[in-house]
Amino acid sequence: MNREDFLILKDNLVYFDNGATTLKPKVVRDSIIDYYDNYTANAHRGDYKNSAKVDEIYEETREKVKELINAKEVSEIVFTKGTTDSLNMIIFGYFKNILQKDDEVIITESEHASNILPWFILQKELGIKIKYIKLNDKFEVTIDNLKQVITNKTKVISIAQITNVVGDIRPIKEITKIAHDNNALVVVDAAQSIAHKKIDVIDMDIDFMAFSGHKMYGPTGIGVLYGKFDLLDKLTPLTYGGGMNAIFRKDGYLELMSIPTRLEAGTPNIEGVIGLGSAITYINNIEIDKIEEYEHNLRKYLLDQLQKLNFIEIYNANTNGTIIAFNIKGVFSQDTAIYLDKYNICVRAGNHCAKILNNVFNINNTCRISLSFYNTKKEIDLLINVLKNSENIWKEIL
Amino acid sequence: MSEELRREIILDNYKNPYNKEIPNNNDYIKINSNSTSCIDNIDIYLKIEDNIIKDIKFEGEACVICISSTSILTNLLIGKTKKEGLEIIDNYYKMINEEEYDKDIIKELIVYKDIYKQPSRKKCATLSSVGIEKILNNVEK
Repeated sequence: MNREDFLILKDNLVYFDNGATTLKPKVVRDSIIDYYDNYTANAHRGDYKNSAKVDEIYEETREKVKELINAKEVSEIVFTKGTTDSLNMIIFGYFKNILQKDDEVIITESEHASNILPWFILQKELGIKIKYIKLNDKFEVTIDNLKQVITNKTKVISIAQITNVVGDIRPIKEITKIAHDNNALVVVDAAQSIAHKKIDVIDMDIDFMAFSGHKMYGPTGIGVLYGKFDLLDKLTPLTYGGGMNAIFRKDGYLELMSIPTRLEAGTPNIEGVIGLGSAITYINNIEIDKIEEYEHNLRKYLLDQLQKLNFIEIYNANTNGTIIAFNIKGVFSQDTAIYLDKYNICVRAGNHCAKILNNVFNINNTCRISLSFYNTKKEIDLLINVLKNSENIWKEIL
Repeated sequence: MSEELRREIILDNYKNPYNKEIPNNNDYIKINSNSTSCIDNIDIYLKIEDNIIKDIKFEGEACVICISSTSILTNLLIGKTKKEGLEIIDNYYKMINEEEYDKDIIKELIVYKDIYKQPSRKKCATLSSVGIEKILNNVEK
């Protein structure tokens, strides 16, 4: 779908690494160039036309994000550097202030490093306990297994909606229900889901959520932190400086702006916000439900074709996302990736920032294909052909 | 050297690498070598006595270039003095960086002379040598 919107695809690049970052459509690039060429100015500053225009588009994007995830208010949307930045702000700006020794946080072994390491730090600093939901044989989170680890000490469940190695989709709505019945909060890492599924933070009753612009067809360096107003209002800024203060005096007196401005110190990533805004409009124009359906069918096709090859090991056949993790039997994943690159096919090899997951797959490294709507069956056919010829792999890469 | 022979040497050393085992005693100095840009990750064990590299072993999960080059390099280094070892590694780097080097010193490592054409694999080819060099430079005895 919509391949013509992506200039980079003109030379038959086969881009299967959408879990790492997505390609950028022309409209996103054009919106950034427009800002550079026609109305460069800082935000929240001048009284001149260009600066006012920057303010207008900046806040318009906040409104677009609010609608995208169906938040209640625009003030619940904070622009950050990306998912990692958002999660760190949530964990160190909010949870660090409320958690106490022996309080429990629940995560899983298939979380991304950015949803594990900040909790490790709190474990060290505050003496909180980290508990892992046992994954089932399809590497999924089940409600039963969640119930096994939740206790009256559980204060927060912090999980990805879709994981980046396995690609399994978590039942967020059921999880928040159980969490809230237990007086615990829920943090959702939506980095891998935001471009592939409709998210409704009210319906799912999500307390905090994080995602990145660059995994949803927007620029790198821009992300979103969502928090329910009353929670976000208690999040302490980790960065102080311009734009976020209302009054400060020589004697140290300081009054901060209200949210979300309070949490966006310094000159913001204006072109990032503008690019994110046009990416959201772009997704809305295609319609997220159509994207989801197309990608779902494409993944099924890919899986069917791969399963016909007896020399391919697939690790997550039974999950529902857009990701397939595999290896050519007997070949190190990086060598496979380099071989595929000879044919202009981009896949990711490695542990995908989920270094404790080898406990689950019993393997350290895999090749990962993560699909997007611009991928096609034709591209998959090419991949399958190249894999079929992989007995020549050493001739090709050595 | 023909392309075929070159490929064969690399593959032989990948499929049946020399010295790929964990030593069963404690006379070895251990270093972990891994790369942030690729996913190779190996442990290297060196046994040095009277300035001589008595033995090297390694273990880990890595790509064809990393495993094979570690196999060839360790074989070449065993029995050499520290100084000779460092000289081999130095000449190996020079070859990889397209500088003047002494062919006679690096012997079979010559199979990686074209690795500069794949910049991303330079790291794989030098992962173990970087670790071994560190140990050789730091060992007193």
